[in-house]
Amino acid sequence: MEKFDVIIVGAGLAGLSAGYTLAKAGVEVLILERGDYPGAKNVTGGRIYLNPVRQFFPENFWDKAPLERPVTTEIITMVSENSSTSMRFRAQDFAQPPYQSYTIQRSKFDRWFGQQATNAGAMLVNKSRVDDLIWDNGRVAGVIAGGEELGANVVLACDGALSLVAEKAGLRQPGRAKDFAVGFKEVIELPEKTIEDRFGLGVGEGAAQLFMGAFTKGRFGGGFAYTNKTSLSLGMVVGIRDLMETEPAINAAALLEEFKQQPDVAALIAGGELIEYSAHVLPEAGYNGMSPCFGNGVLVAGDAAGLALNMGLLVRGMEFAIGSGVLAAQTIQAALEQKNFSANALSAYKQRMEQSFVLQDLKTFQAAPHVLDNPRLFGYYPELVGKLMQDLFTVCSGPKPSFVRTVRNHLGVSDLPGILKDAWGGRKL
Amino acid sequence: MMIPGNLKAKLGINVFKPGHQPHIRIKPGAETDARLKKVVAVCPAGLYSIDDEGKVVLDIDGCLECGTCRIACGPELLEWYYPEAATGVQFRCG
Repeated sequence: MEKFDVIIVGAGLAGLSAGYTLAKAGVEVLILERGDYPGAKNVTGGRIYLNPVRQFFPENFWDKAPLERPVTTEIITMVSENSSTSMRFRAQDFAQPPYQSYTIQRSKFDRWFGQQATNAGAMLVNKSRVDDLIWDNGRVAGVIAGGEELGANVVLACDGALSLVAEKAGLRQPGRAKDFAVGFKEVIELPEKTIEDRFGLGVGEGAAQLFMGAFTKGRFGGGFAYTNKTSLSLGMVVGIRDLMETEPAINAAALLEEFKQQPDVAALIAGGELIEYSAHVLPEAGYNGMSPCFGNGVLVAGDAAGLALNMGLLVRGMEFAIGSGVLAAQTIQAALEQKNFSANALSAYKQRMEQSFVLQDLKTFQAAPHVLDNPRLFGYYPELVGKLMQDLFTVCSGPKPSFVRTVRNHLGVSDLPGILKDAWGGRKL
Repeated sequence: MMIPGNLKAKLGINVFKPGHQPHIRIKPGAETDARLKKVVAVCPAGLYSIDDEGKVVLDIDGCLECGTCRIACGPELLEWYYPEAATGVQFRCG
């Protein structure tokens, strides 16, 4: 049996970050990827926040990366049955390097990242599906891929949100519907100038637009539009349990078609050409939904470890994948020096994550899944705001009520307890 | 259950390498399970449908490998694997 210091399952952001870091440190590392190339099976919304992870890579690393557009403009749109209200935020700081976030397409980025890991000395094998683990005395001792047994001191599971490897390692149970959402999106090609004009952007600048409201039928979820260089990533994220419970049942793909008919959305994509349709599940349970991320001879990183965070205004996951991948690599380096691969030795990984932004951010926002699990956010409030704005902006044929009266027409005393309750619930964010 | 008529055409735009056998199978006896019927709504590729006999059927062509059906009804009702190496969807954008 061929044996390696480290085998990483999955060449996504967690796996490649770990592979890159280990290879740079001179560790013999094999990365197995089931796709034809890294990114072939990966999907993001998406945008990546770079500030938390810049420290882990050489200074000019990100300048060469095939990222799409730096996000200078944030737009939040609340959609009611027959109106929409947008808030648009542009910061000069966001429009200057080093840019805090970029739109990204994973099949392009991961492929390049895989090349960087290979250049650093990692062995990357594509078209290789890991089917099982090899056990030795209660310790994970390798993997079986394509019928071949491959031994390792440590196996690092970076096989995404479902992580069948972590399941096989006994570290987690199959995911439950209430803890996961599904994202599905279209990539729609448009000329660069058209994208910039439609979003009101300077040359090369990007926008991120989040939508919430009527189009999810009051269910947990929302829509998004991210500007790539020459395309828009337009899609939705909906809670899987919410989707299952919707009556009458509506297929996810039908929801997306309805979303695209929203006048705001239709105007963004008009004349564009669909070039890809993709989907993926994502963990939504946050800190309290995490499974153990280490065992004897095994670690789990990225989505596989449940490291994603929906903070409402921000949706994050890729930085956590990179951060956890690097911290797993550092833990493995230390374990290799001490030649100790027990769960006890590898538990240092959890401590490293707790001392970093990865688990600190997940902990700070651990109440987010609970706060966001509130149908009023997706039905009542967008409707309320829509009606209020419409009356404020309307000049009727008769006398116009004062602004205060208009507000009071929509926000009666009976509404206050519910709003205060929601505000109180949100205090933990 | 409305599955958009243009969905097959949408899936046809993706790069897709067919495998030798379906990587997801409905377990024998689970075809009429109420939990499995829910998966018709959640599959973003609309691959699940209910036939004339009230049984859930799965047409694996165009599978996005998103994992939603596994989360929705678990390995109890589905034999769920990733496609064999070098097959299935190969995203160019992702």
